Formats: sequence, structure tokens, C-alpha cells
Amino acid sequence: MTTPMQSLGRAAPAARGHQIAETLSRFRGAAIAAVILVVFGVTSIKNSSFAGSGSIQEILTGSSLFILLAVGETVVIVTRNVDLSVGSTLGLSAFEIGELYVHHPHMSVFVALLVGLGIGAACGAVIGFITTVFRVPSLVVTLAALYIIRGYVNIIGSGVQIEPTSVPHSFVSIGYSSILGIPWLFVIVAGVALIAAYGMRNFRAGRELYAIGSNPDAAQLAGIPVARRVFGAFVISGALAGLAGALFLAEYATVDATGGTGYELIVIASVVIGGVAIFGGSGNVIGALLGAILLQIINQSLVAVSVSPFWDQAIAGALLLTAIAFDRLLGFRASRALRAKEGAAYVG
Amino acid sequence: MERFRLQYPAVVSMTAPKAAARKAGGKSGRAPSAVAAIAVEHAQVSFGAVRALVDGTIALYPGEVHGLVGENGAGKSTLVKILGGVHVPDAGRLLIGGTPTVLRNPSAALDAGIAVIYQEPTLFPDLSVAENVFMGRQPRRAGRRIDRRAMERQVLAVLERLGVRLDPGRLARGLSIADQQIIEIAKALTLDAKVIVMDEPTAALSAAEVSRLFRVVEALRLDGAAILFISHRLDEVFEACQWITVMRDGRWVLTSRSEDLTPDALVRAMVGRELVERESGAAAKLGDPVLQVDRLTSEGTFVDISFEVRAGEIVALAGLVGAGRSEVARAVFGVDRYDAGGVLISGKPLKVGSPRAAMDAGIGFVPEDRRQHGLVMAETIERNIVLASLGRLARHGIVPRRAARAFATDWALRLQIKYGRLSDPVATLSGGNQQKVVLAKWLSRQPKLLIVDEPTRGIDVGTKAEVHRLLVNLAAEGVAVLMISSELPEVLRLADRVLVIREGRLVRELSHDEASEESVIAAAAGVAA
Repeated sequence: MTTPMQSLGRAAPAARGHQIAETLSRFRGAAIAAVILVVFGVTSIKNSSFAGSGSIQEILTGSSLFILLAVGETVVIVTRNVDLSVGSTLGLSAFEIGELYVHHPHMSVFVALLVGLGIGAACGAVIGFITTVFRVPSLVVTLAALYIIRGYVNIIGSGVQIEPTSVPHSFVSIGYSSILGIPWLFVIVAGVALIAAYGMRNFRAGRELYAIGSNPDAAQLAGIPVARRVFGAFVISGALAGLAGALFLAEYATVDATGGTGYELIVIASVVIGGVAIFGGSGNVIGALLGAILLQIINQSLVAVSVSPFWDQAIAGALLLTAIAFDRLLGFRASRALRAKEGAAYVG
Repeated sequence: MERFRLQYPAVVSMTAPKAAARKAGGKSGRAPSAVAAIAVEHAQVSFGAVRALVDGTIALYPGEVHGLVGENGAGKSTLVKILGGVHVPDAGRLLIGGTPTVLRNPSAALDAGIAVIYQEPTLFPDLSVAENVFMGRQPRRAGRRIDRRAMERQVLAVLERLGVRLDPGRLARGLSIADQQIIEIAKALTLDAKVIVMDEPTAALSAAEVSRLFRVVEALRLDGAAILFISHRLDEVFEACQWITVMRDGRWVLTSRSEDLTPDALVRAMVGRELVERESGAAAKLGDPVLQVDRLTSEGTFVDISFEVRAGEIVALAGLVGAGRSEVARAVFGVDRYDAGGVLISGKPLKVGSPRAAMDAGIGFVPEDRRQHGLVMAETIERNIVLASLGRLARHGIVPRRAARAFATDWALRLQIKYGRLSDPVATLSGGNQQKVVLAKWLSRQPKLLIVDEPTRGIDVGTKAEVHRLLVNLAAEGVAVLMISSELPEVLRLADRVLVIREGRLVRELSHDEASEESVIAAAAGVAA
């Protein structure tokens, strides 16, 4: 009989490299939170008015839509797919709800939110269907969807601007009122994020999303309904983008055909900075939420310290590179530990 | 080369496995009325023009371990995938407990109580060990939530049973192949499967792990599981299995009780032909020296290596792995530089450190690691074959498509490469056929000297025999062959002379007759013979 010590000894060298990697990735959320606090602190020193609750509210409100989109995007990216259509879907949803309010001024807030969810879910369903049934890479499908949906919004909305006067007060109040000093917008999206995080961690379907992204072939062999799960991921992402469209209208009270343009890249940046692996399999919604807040706070602190906002994009890019370098380092450690084993196949 | 004949003498050959089962029923303790837990009858599977399985037939009974052997490409893995619900056969049928059934997908197979341990570990590197074991069927608590504690507890219990210490909470990324294999086995155990299919579970395991696995397999068998065990190591098959089925070229060949078979008979049934043996007199009509290596030295790797290889001669460099054999070969071919000494080809000095010069001088080099250095895996079979002959095929710097196709077809035929289309990526071929592509690439240049480093590593017995025959034929045609091999039987059978290298020095030269397992090992390990 081999003693347990022997088999333990065999696993040890691989385990060490991997434990470092795992510890670091657990700390990812904490690291981003720390960076957020540092940015906030430094900015407050430079500009004392930044430290007030006003700017915190502004940051939370400003990041809300991106958080919501980032939650959906995380669900998709974790499965080794990507959704580039979220900005367009948001625009479509916001514009359609605005149009509905123009014709039905007394539509209830609840119905408006439901319409947003429905429009988004429908877009996501079409994308998910094409991706899974025809096996087209989601990058291509959602890129096409980005243009098609935006094109459609441009056709129906050319020269049209939904005016704040058309949107009822009850709906717009979601965008500016707060509870216990926390904007309602943020309460809603944080709630959605927490539900998503809990679901992805504690339910089989959630874990299966990770399994698919981690090793699609193995997922198939494990009996996971891969197509159904990926389809579901796109429906969720679409639905959340649609909901974000409704909240967009509530926040700005006005929308035209360009609403949400370019959001998709900011969202993907948030997700990756938040520690979600771009090739799927790891990362979580809370990280993505923190990533979105970090990008937002940087944006606002540049304004507060009177640095040209053009720096904003350069800094976002640098952050992205830092995040990826971080992931590479972890991946490198893991694969080196792997290579140390003779005949090891690459399982990344 | 002759196409091998469909002969398998000295083996009990039945027309149907049912007959075998009936005949041996009393002996095995299997009741005559016993119903197979799962059976496949005359299953066919084709992928486009390639028929992966022509007649897949096997019956697994509760309480029995059934071995399945055959060369690579014999159709074993395809048969396994039928059992696992990955492939639905085009013809033939699948019976579970005697009832014809169709397994449409892997989850249908899992639901039917069939667990498959695939050859390539199918893990999720980003998920924990416990999640890998239980993916898709995690234990749940109230509200359909995953019960992590129960999951880890159960995984610990299974790992304990396998005698392995692994933290169920750690990620699968970075696990050794052996540990990955253990997780696959743990998966099957937690399924409480009625049928367990193990496709080469021992390939990556150490001896201690293999014996532990065998104890578990035995326990499962006694619990009444029907087990299919696939392995290239025939001794393991004889040790673990009560029944053995042989497949060849996608067809069922025979099913027999394992004690009615000898290893020799088994190999013959798998290969369908006899093995080649180099006669000791073959080296008599040797030509002039083709390769002369003179006091070759590379700091820290090898020192003062001198030898020659004559036309028509097969010389083997033997020694332990890491003794410097491959390094000498790489230096001769110019892949690595050396510090002192020289290499002469047909009496003319060869430029140092230039594979191009070596190729022009007529050296062909089949490297140790065909995937990394011998082939462009993602490229087509055709491109890989013509790769080293582009210069000769080109007209005004352009290689005419038709000429390349004809050239590749010709060489694929000569080496009997089994392929679907020449335009398929070489990665789709089996290991043995990939090696043949590498050989075709070099032989098509008609080299004076062929250096082969581990020519048969990781390829099946049938292709191995073909490669051996090929090398012998080449020598007969006057090609000088320098072979490096860690497989002693291969060295002893083929080589006219064996040069033993130990710690970077040439310590012993043995003629074909002097060379024996004892003498080579003694020289390689540095002990008196």
C-alpha cells in the first residue's frame, strides 16, 4: 500500500504554483476595491469637494448602467462567448420605451421596465439562437447585431428626440431619487448583481456556465446542455441590456437614436478589469461590478482634479493592460507548474 | 511493402461473441441465461468517407472486466464513444440489459448508468476538483442550491478510496496528468455506474497508482459492475480482465477468455502479421562509410564521440534517457552547435550548425517529438509531405498544385498512410500515421543517411512493425540509418551495431550478435555485464 504521504508528495510542486495563482485571483476583488479607495482618497486630497456624498452618489449613479450591462456580459463571457450588441440593445430599448410613453403617457413604471426586459430578451434570444443552432462565433453574430439593431434605431428614430416632457415624472424619479443616500438606480443594479452572483455560484445551471467556458468539449461529455445554457446566457445579457435601456431613459429623461453607442467596449473593459477571463471559465459578477465602478470613479476624479477628460480613455486602456498582464502572470504560473509534469497536456 | 493479410493463426476465433460467451459460460461462472449489461452488435460509424468502425461488437456482463485491445485506429475509441452516447451508430444496434436502445447524447448515457473515462482527461481547469467530479449532478440542498459541503465530503471519500490525497477545493488547473486521470475515475465512481468504460486509464499512471486502480476495479467488479478496460499494456489487460476482445481495422476480430490467450497470440491478432527480425548476416554487404563522426564534443552534453555509419547499415544509439543520444543526433544534423570535433558525410566535412547544409548533403532527420518538431500539425497531410521537397518540385519558385498532389499521393501510398483526404490536417491522423507522414517527408528526398530519433514512440504495434520493416528495407537499398531508441527490443531486433552512450560518452560498441538486453543495459547503466 502506498502511503498517503507519497501521493501527497507527488502533487505538491504543482500545487504550490497554483495556490499562489488562486490566492491572487481571490484577492482580485479586494485589489480593485483598494484601487477604488486610493483613487477616491487621492482625488479628495486634491479636491476636497470630491469627498462629499454628492460625488459618491454621482459615481454610483454614473456606473449603474454599466454595472447592469457588465453583469449580463459576465454571464456571456464566462461561457467563452462575447456580446457586443449590448449598447445597441440598450439604445433600442430606451428609444422604444420613450416612443411608447409618447403615445401612452400613463403607462405604468412596471410595464415600462417589463417592456425593456422583453425587448432585450428578444434580441438576446435571436443572437443566442443563431450562435448555438448555426454555430456561428458569437463575436460575429453580436457584431452584426450591434450594427443591425443600431441601424434599425436610426431608421425609426432619425431626427426624433424623446423629450423629457414625454416621460412621466414617476418613471424619471427612479433616475434621481435615492434611499438612505443610495441612488435607487444603484440599488436596483446592485440587487441584480447580487442575485446573479449568488445564482452563478450556487445553482447547477450557473456552474455549468463556467464549465462550458472552461472546456466546451468536456462540458458536452459531462452531459451539460451546452447550447441551451449559452442560449440562456445571451437571453439574460439581452434582457439586462433592455432593462438598462429603461433605466437609461429614467436617468436622462431623454433619448435619441444614438443612446448607448459605444457602451459595449466600456462594459467589456469593466468585465475584464474585474477579473473575468476573456476566454471564459473564471471570474464573477462582483468583480465586473467593481471594474465598472473603477472606470467610473476614474472618469469623475479626472474631472474633479481638472485633468482633461481625454486622459480617461488612455487610463482605461492602461488599466485593461494591467489587468491582462496580471491574468497572464497567473496563467503563466499555472501552465509552468503544469509543464513541470512530464507529458502534461495543456488544459487551458 | 505488402498489405497485411487478414490472418490470425493460433487464436480462438469465433464467428460471434455470443458463441464465445456460450461456449465459455460455464467456466467463467456466468450463467448461460445471463444478460449483458450493455452490448453493441455490428455497429458502424463513418465520418464522411472514413469508416471509423465497420463492425463494432462487444458484450459487457455484470461482474466482469472485459479488455479491449487493438492498434491505434482499430476503432476502440469510436466504440467507446458509442457506449458514451457521443456517436450514434449508422448501422447495428446497442442493447442495454437486452433492450435495444439509442443513446442520443452523453447525458442519456449517464442517465443509463454508463460512465466513460475518456483517454484524454476532460476536465474543467477553472473549476475545483470537487466540481469537476460532480459537474452537472452536484448534490443539492433546500431551494435546489448546490450543497458544497456534501459535495466535498463525497469527493474526499472517493479520493480516499482511490488512495489519493487531493484538496477537493483546489482548481483542476495545474494538476498532473495522473491526478487528472484520478479525477476522471472518481467521476465514474460517484456515478454508481452499472457500466464503467475505461479508455486507457493507466497511460499516465505510475505503477503504484495502477495497482491501486486495479484494486478499485476489482472491488467494482465484485459489486456487480460491468467494466470495459482498454489498454496498450497487454500485461495489464491479462492481469485485470477475465475476457478480451480484439479489434483491428474497425472490425471485431475475436473475443476470448483471457486465460485461453497468450500474449503472442494476442499481438498477432491485433497486428494480423508477423514481426520483422533483422538477420545477423544482413550487415555483410556494407558499403562505404556515409557518416563519420570524429571526436565530437559539446560542453556539458557529450564528449569525444566518434563512430561511423556505412551505407546499408543500421546503427543504434542506445542509452538511458538524458545520456546525450538525441543531442549527438541533433548536432550531426546541425540543429545544435558543437564545440570540437567534426562530421564527415561521404568523406566531405559538413558545415557546423546548418540543417540546410545537412539536408543538401543527403541527411534526413526524423525528430523525437513529431508534434513539436516533425510536423506542422495544423497543416494538411499533403503540405507536410512535400515540405522538405519544395525546392525540387518548384518551377520558377512556384510549386504546381498538381505536382504536389501527385507527389504526396505517391508517398502516402508507398508508406501506406491511412487518411481520409490529403487535404485533412495532419493533426487528424493517429500517432502512427503522423509518424509515417514525417518519414514520407524525409524519404521523398531520398537521403543517403536517415537519422531517426525514437521512431516508434507512442505508436501502435502494427504501425511499429511497418516502420521497422521500412527501416530494414531502406538499409537493404543502401541507405545508412542512425537510430535512437529507448525501446530495447527494437534496438536489438534492428541494429547491426549498438553504440551505448552513458553520461555523454560512448562507452560500448556491440555487434548485432553481442547485443542483448543484459549487455546493453549493463553498459548504459555503468555496471559490469
